[in-house]
Amino acid sequence: MKAKKKKLIYNSVTFGLVIAAFLICQLLLSTGGMSRSFRGQLIPICCWIVMAVSLNLVVGISGELSLGHAGFMSIGAFTGIIVSGWMQRAFQMEDPVLRLVLAMVIGAVLAGIAGALIGIPVLRLKGDYLAIVTLAFGEIIRNLIDCLYVSVDGQSLRFGFLNNKLPGDLLMNGPNGAVSVQTIATFTAGFVLVIIALIIVLNLTNSRSGRAIQAIRDARIAAESVGINVTKYRMMAFVTSAMLAGAAGALYGLNFSTLVAAKFRFDQSINVLVFVVLGGIGNTMGSMIAATALTILPETLRDFGQYRMLAYAVVLILVMLATNNPLARAFFGRIFAPVKALFRRKKPAEPDLKGGDAK
Amino acid sequence: MDFLFNLVNGLSLGSIYAIIALGYTMVYGIAKMLNFAHGDVIMVGAYISFCAFQYWGLPPLPSVLAAMIFCTVLGVFIERLAYRPLRSATSLAVLITAIGMSYLLQNVALLIFKSDPKNYPGQIIDLPGLSLFGGQLKISGVTLLTIIANIVIMILLTLFINRTKLGKAMRCVSEDRGAAELMGISVNRTISVTFAIGSALAAIAGVLLCSAYPIFDPYTGSMPGIKAFTAAVFGGIGSIPGAMVGGLLLGVIEILGRAYISTQLADAIVFAVLIIVLLVKPSGLLGKQVREKV
Repeated sequence: MKAKKKKLIYNSVTFGLVIAAFLICQLLLSTGGMSRSFRGQLIPICCWIVMAVSLNLVVGISGELSLGHAGFMSIGAFTGIIVSGWMQRAFQMEDPVLRLVLAMVIGAVLAGIAGALIGIPVLRLKGDYLAIVTLAFGEIIRNLIDCLYVSVDGQSLRFGFLNNKLPGDLLMNGPNGAVSVQTIATFTAGFVLVIIALIIVLNLTNSRSGRAIQAIRDARIAAESVGINVTKYRMMAFVTSAMLAGAAGALYGLNFSTLVAAKFRFDQSINVLVFVVLGGIGNTMGSMIAATALTILPETLRDFGQYRMLAYAVVLILVMLATNNPLARAFFGRIFAPVKALFRRKKPAEPDLKGGDAK
Repeated sequence: MDFLFNLVNGLSLGSIYAIIALGYTMVYGIAKMLNFAHGDVIMVGAYISFCAFQYWGLPPLPSVLAAMIFCTVLGVFIERLAYRPLRSATSLAVLITAIGMSYLLQNVALLIFKSDPKNYPGQIIDLPGLSLFGGQLKISGVTLLTIIANIVIMILLTLFINRTKLGKAMRCVSEDRGAAELMGISVNRTISVTFAIGSALAAIAGVLLCSAYPIFDPYTGSMPGIKAFTAAVFGGIGSIPGAMVGGLLLGVIEILGRAYISTQLADAIVFAVLIIVLLVKPSGLLGKQVREKV
């Protein structure tokens, strides 16, 4: 009962935080109190939040290290661009909201299908082998998109693989990526996507399936022995995560007028992993905060000029050392103990200490 | 003849991957961590040898030695500063720190050497090439040296691991860290030595890589690093002969794929082969199958 209440509080705080942030941003936008560079960051921040939340489902909740998340994002991004361009040019669908929704849905579905196809072989592996295979798949996806040419000819889409002689309007131009994309992504759409992602991930985590997924993470053999279908639940987490990444990708793709597949190299997957780990593995709210902070950080460090990325790297290392080194942890723990007591949500008391051996 | 030429080039690229993969695999075997910054140590090695030769006027061999010494110190320093405090942390935390270290090295190099690509001087490795079959098959000196260097390094390393006391300590630490400590082996020192050897090898790999593909910039190390890491997994991570086999196979597949299937798809082919191998043999070609215990 207590655990349930705690989860309810955690979930409402998470949603409340997102809604409050959205309202503040809207307020700042309408009063013009937001700098230009920050305004341009709003939609990418939403995308990276969804990416972090969805990767957290795989890394934190399901416990697999996936290094190919950007691959799913790129599938969503280019699918979204193609769908949006096709709808506009072939069917004169001018309504940007409808096109954006359609692009995100189809992007999510295709990324989900790719996730399922990749998941079948990948989820047979474990640990670092799984990590390297997801990385390999991410790179394969990027490489294949680099060879893809797509054009709209009348009402139909034409695909060329390593073949750029296509009739009609080119939407995708091989290694040059998508060109002259109409930017129809909006901040509101990003906000809605974040909310949807949160509803999906938080509900899944707190459901029977979510508990099964976490049981597999903590003790796979034990979970299997009590009759949990390991493959099914690992797959569920993996595909859900891929679909959310696809939707985020579609939004991201439709936010820029040009986009190349090289933008989704493995360093992008690693960036998302950094969000997840820095935010606290398995902690959805933490992922969101880390994604926001680390997307804004390089922008705010612009004053440092060329030392910007250097400062980012140093901050990253120092934060990891401060949060993971036992000595530093004990030090910060003592300082923040009163603050932490307010926010503590895991194991508030150790019941076996009461009657057990004196420690 | 074309096929032979490609094969030799593949072996040469594969040798570079193998030398880099050794660093990954040794560190993984002993410290149980993925050292993402390893690829960037290659880049540092390339820059130091470049500077030593071009600006400080050292002859070729001392400039390579300077790169090796610098990278050794750098590797030990990185381990001491960033990884040792996290010895008891989760592997993911260490991984992210390694990624941060990789960014740090890239950006320091970017600040010092600027982002414009530099041309690696060919005089550092200036060896006569080999001409076979009446001039039909020409093999460059760099290619030959790379293959020979790989074989020599492999033999020396195997001897070191199997015959010396320090090598024995390394095997012990990789087998069971706690038990090794109880036997009086200094785990910290052993791990430092591992990083030192891995980084010195990375410097050699950097020199060889940039001699074969002379254009380089601060991001040069990252892709070969990832490929070499793939090679290490391919051969079975933690296994030294595995790194050799994985590296060579990866190099040959990449060059042959580039020559006979498609230049643009070469990377996809390499990774696809990796996936297929891991599906058939989930612990790599020469990896140990670890029995799972409940």
